[in-house]
Amino acid sequence: MGFLHQRRGLAPYLLLAPGMLWLAAFFLVPLGFLVYQSLQSGNIDFGYAFTWAWGNYWSAIKGYRGEFERSFEYAGLATVIALVVSYPVAYWIAFRGGRWKNLLLLFIVAPFFVTYLIRTLAWETILSDHGFVVRLLTDIHLVSPGGRVLATGTAVVAGITYNFLPFMALPLYVSLEQIDQSLVEAAGDLYASKWIAFLRVTFPLSLPGVVAGTLLTFIPAAGDFINAQLLGSPTSHMIGNVINSKFNELIDYPAAAAMSFILMAIILGMVLLYARAVGTEKLTG
Amino acid sequence: MTAVTPVADGAPATAEYDIRLIGLTKRFDDVVAVDNISLDIDRGHFFALLGPSGCGKTTTLRMIGGFEEPSEGRIELGGVDVARLPPYKRDVNTVFQSYALFPHLSIFENVAFGLKRRGIKGGDLRKRVGDALELVGLAGLDRRKPRQLSGGQQQRIALARALVNRPRVLLLDEPLGALDLKLRKEMQLELKRIQHEVGITFVHVTHDQEEAMTMADRIVIMNGGHIEQVGEPSELYEQPRTPFVAGFLGVSNLLSGTIVGDDRVKLQDGTEVRVPTAALAGRQGNVQIGVRPEKLRIGGGEENSLSGTVAESAYIGVSTQYILDTPAGPVTVYVQNDRLGAQVANGERLTLGWSPDCTFVVDAQEDT
Ligand SMILES: Nc1ncnc2c1ncn2[C@@H]1O[C@H](COP(=O)(O)OP(=O)(O)OP(=O)(O)O)[C@@H](O)[C@H]1O
Ligand SMILES: [Mg+2]
Repeated sequence: MGFLHQRRGLAPYLLLAPGMLWLAAFFLVPLGFLVYQSLQSGNIDFGYAFTWAWGNYWSAIKGYRGEFERSFEYAGLATVIALVVSYPVAYWIAFRGGRWKNLLLLFIVAPFFVTYLIRTLAWETILSDHGFVVRLLTDIHLVSPGGRVLATGTAVVAGITYNFLPFMALPLYVSLEQIDQSLVEAAGDLYASKWIAFLRVTFPLSLPGVVAGTLLTFIPAAGDFINAQLLGSPTSHMIGNVINSKFNELIDYPAAAAMSFILMAIILGMVLLYARAVGTEKLTG
Repeated sequence: MTAVTPVADGAPATAEYDIRLIGLTKRFDDVVAVDNISLDIDRGHFFALLGPSGCGKTTTLRMIGGFEEPSEGRIELGGVDVARLPPYKRDVNTVFQSYALFPHLSIFENVAFGLKRRGIKGGDLRKRVGDALELVGLAGLDRRKPRQLSGGQQQRIALARALVNRPRVLLLDEPLGALDLKLRKEMQLELKRIQHEVGITFVHVTHDQEEAMTMADRIVIMNGGHIEQVGEPSELYEQPRTPFVAGFLGVSNLLSGTIVGDDRVKLQDGTEVRVPTAALAGRQGNVQIGVRPEKLRIGGGEENSLSGTVAESAYIGVSTQYILDTPAGPVTVYVQNDRLGAQVANGERLTLGWSPDCTFVVDAQEDT
């Protein structure tokens, strides 16, 4: 008897073990190493040594505050635009798609069949100074004659929005699709117009999708550097660009590690605040 | 028992109809779900829409509720045609088969939903929601979420959420379908009590004939998208007017024959039976006469009689069911087991008698 109970007590831990080991090996250990490295000083020629160099953190914040702020601004803007653009699309596919649903979903993920880099390079062409987008925007006076779109913050936000759109649209679609249509009918039966029924029933029930979509878009977008590198200019660089160049070009590992750690901490803080504001219940459905 | 068939034209002109359906038709692509039905539903009645699966009950109810637009016809609510109005502009509320409670809202918010849309708030709102919860016997659960309630409780909340708005008509689509038998019986009585208490017209869809018989003041029997017959439960049982109704509500013996007089029908074997004059009004030629198994008596002494041999018998406890082969066709009879050792063996000859008053007449079978 006692033996059986003991076995049952152990089972959950045994089942958890592989996942835990995976997390430890590929997340916790590198994370610890990141912290360790972020507190080193020295240079690539003479080697780095651990010296509790907290100064790395201060200089990262002082020297690159603008890039940090821009990362969150661009990621935030792209997330909001992606949400506003994908919600009606996901809604339409979920409720009006009929037998075309799967084909329409395929269209949404279709860009994923092309690599990230190529997709972004394609945007470079689309937004180029002599491309049709700039010509059209100039014609309707949204861009002054001789003005550009490429190498601006707008281009970076557009690129991020485009690249992360499926991460927003798919969770939205899934949560909308699950909504029982009789609930919407019940709202109509209880004197709610179509719009009120949407606000009071459909939208609240789609919140798990909104939360999942915004997190899946915002988190990678805040750390992105490809879009800013290919579509932006140095004045529209994000913190990802700085980390990339510190790490790959300047070989300044401690500075890159400190910045990565700050970025991670801020994102984590924001996610926690966000989760608190919408209620954790929404995160788990 | 008099055999007066109520005639629609005879209804007083002042009768108050809550709902009038006039020539209502609904076609889906290639199916005619509801086929040109006309129906008047009186104020304050408990009305049951009864019929087999797929006969168009739900579609009819959804058209009244505004969830389905009729292909043709009118729907009058209190004298006003609402057939083209959206659901939120109709003075009806629905209890959905799946309850459709809002999972993200508390019980209070669920019940308050309709009132809030109509601008009721504050103490008035709280009082009316409280009263409604009390009416269904669930006061005090207002902070729970729907998923924290049992199926039966959810059913009551769905009822409270609809009734709290005091609609002109309450529509219920198989509201008891998901409950187990015991709870179902309980809720049948409960629903009837509530309907009595609030005095609102109930239109209750069901495919369970027993449920319709116990609950409804009036029943409409539908089949294949059209109405077979409308009437009080006893009227539909005692005087079915179509073979379908005779077979759908309980067991009946149908025997083919030909009309040979004002009140006489000659069966296939030549036996003449007497039927109520009114049952033959407007009919001629071939018909079927019907009589319920419990109306048949063994032995003579009744005006109508038939003889046959026992082909099958089944002992049910309180009674025994015999199937007799008679020259006019097979006949089922229930005999009360009021004496010991009164069983009749297979192959024995029996004479059955019944009163003309207990005889009804329906259309002849089409293939004969
Ligand atoms: N949206 C629809 N599209 C196509 N056909 C439909 C639709 N809704 C109902 N029907 C058809 O209309 C007919 C009547 O359906 P309805 O749901 O009204 O039947 P019902 O009497 O409520 O049956 P049940 O007792 O099984 O609920 C059926 O043949 C059904 O297949
Ligand atoms: Mg139905």
